[in-house]
Amino acid sequence: MYKMNMQDMPEMLTHMAELMDVYVPVRRGGLVNFEPFSQGVEVDLGTLKTVKSPKDFFLPQVEHLFSAQSQGSKLSVKPQDLPSSPFAIFGIRSCDSRGLEILDSVYLSEPVDKFYEARREKGIIMSLACLDPTATCFCTAFEIDPAEPKADVAMWEVVGQLYAQAQSAKGESLIIELSKFFQKADIGDIAQEQGAIREKASELPWGKLPLQELKSDRLLELFDAPQWEELHKTCLACGICTYLCPTCQCYDVQDHGTGAEILRYRCWDSCMYSDFTMMAHGNIRNSQKERFRQRFMHKLVYHPENNGGEISCVGCGRCVSKCPASLNIIKVINSLVVKADV
Amino acid sequence: MCKQDSLIPQIGVITKVKTETPDVKTFSITDIEGKKAFDHKSGQCAMISVPGVGEAMFSITSAPTNTKLMEFSIKSCGVLTSYLHTLGDESQVTIRGPYGNAFPLEEFKNKDLLFIAGGIGLAPVRSVINFVLDKREDYGKVDILYGARSYDDLVFKEEISQKWPDEYKTQVHLTIDSPQEGWSGNVGFVPAYLRELNVKNDKMVIVCGPPIMIKFVLEELRNLGFEKEQVYTTLELRMKCGIGKCGRCNIGSKYVCKDGPVFRCDELDSMPGEY
Repeated sequence: MYKMNMQDMPEMLTHMAELMDVYVPVRRGGLVNFEPFSQGVEVDLGTLKTVKSPKDFFLPQVEHLFSAQSQGSKLSVKPQDLPSSPFAIFGIRSCDSRGLEILDSVYLSEPVDKFYEARREKGIIMSLACLDPTATCFCTAFEIDPAEPKADVAMWEVVGQLYAQAQSAKGESLIIELSKFFQKADIGDIAQEQGAIREKASELPWGKLPLQELKSDRLLELFDAPQWEELHKTCLACGICTYLCPTCQCYDVQDHGTGAEILRYRCWDSCMYSDFTMMAHGNIRNSQKERFRQRFMHKLVYHPENNGGEISCVGCGRCVSKCPASLNIIKVINSLVVKADV
Repeated sequence: MCKQDSLIPQIGVITKVKTETPDVKTFSITDIEGKKAFDHKSGQCAMISVPGVGEAMFSITSAPTNTKLMEFSIKSCGVLTSYLHTLGDESQVTIRGPYGNAFPLEEFKNKDLLFIAGGIGLAPVRSVINFVLDKREDYGKVDILYGARSYDDLVFKEEISQKWPDEYKTQVHLTIDSPQEGWSGNVGFVPAYLRELNVKNDKMVIVCGPPIMIKFVLEELRNLGFEKEQVYTTLELRMKCGIGKCGRCNIGSKYVCKDGPVFRCDELDSMPGEY
């Protein structure tokens, strides 16, 4: 365990930015998101969550896969180089770093996604404990501890001090690189703060959800549940939940012609959109009810069945606070479980 | 080729285009050196693309025993497929694969086999038929029941009318939906012909065709006393990655591109019916 004065943080980040790209939460136009750090950038560690999850550092919203060129009848393909620059994300929260582990279950399982893997290898996660979990947070329902972030470097902000503990080899080398900013600290220094965080977290209104009822042996029963008929009705199919979700993983593959060549890229997509499953001969999910159901069944039942029970939600609450129709995964879970048991 | 990621294709060269029906053509494809682009098993698929037009998953219709090239029988029905139909010999496309599981040809050994296909649904089934006929001594009797809307819509005409019926212990039963001048074979839908043929229920069955045909064929098979464990079919969904990540072909906890496209019919019962 190490600590430093919060006042020295900008200088430390400036030093880090000489070694690698550093991304920090920055407030712009009233919204806080991760942005590149350079000297003078004001870091916002007071805001609990960034609007967008940090998943796009690993699964970018748009990513080139290769370029193709035609010369007469000859075609050639030039793969996009794998990302090779080291970078760090400073100030991720416990829920979002757990979100990356869930993406790992998909993208690092065979066959491994090399682009994602390269970014995971190059990226250093520096995660900050949540001093003040808010009413839309429900990470504790997924056994995520906001007082003990899992990351390369876990951090706590306690009375003007930034405490840091390396949790991986990558994190350890970084702390060594930054040793001139840190001094040794005692793990007991953060105990009181951790206790306070856990107490607040234990009072979160949705901190306990009846997830044990969503067993995969009930897959068809849950799929056919009559509740979907009502639940989906206010869904606008805008897809904002998918885009802000730290674990939504689906993508589209498209081509873009530049005149000189064709760029093949992948980009985030949403199972909430009608053309997601559209084929020349028709669509397997013709109604919004079916598409809405797909998103939640995938998170709550299908993904867990394929990944040792791991539910594809981290309780970050972004869908709770951002859905324009006030729909969210908590409503779905409660409706499915409570009514199914009646 | 740079084997950087499963999403990066290699160049494929069209070496032959054969017109099967007014809207189906069979494309022979090799790699840039004129060799087979990769090995495959019967039932597996490949992603074929024309950069700037699109990319889609197609079943490999040639058998794994063809080690020189791969064949794809493609119906013109969308943006990419109608573009492919404009391409001729020596045209270049991109190809990646193979994707998906395969028919359990080991398990089929020494058993009698019944193949049932409708329209372009014969394309994935043909790979199995030709594999079995190339290893004839390993398998029992072969029955092939194949139907299309009209005589003109029957694919692989040479094989279904000459090559396959001449094989040892192999029978081909053809049918078309409605009567046509010059057609002396059976007239009627595939499920009705299946009932008429009254086949013995001791065979393994491989079914592929339009969803409505598959539905009624499965019903007839049940009536004939077949168990679901004897029947295999393939599913077709929209796909983008081919490796179970992009999410499009997800049904229940299965990804059709990776866990399928071949499913045993009792497996389908544990999945939502979104196909």
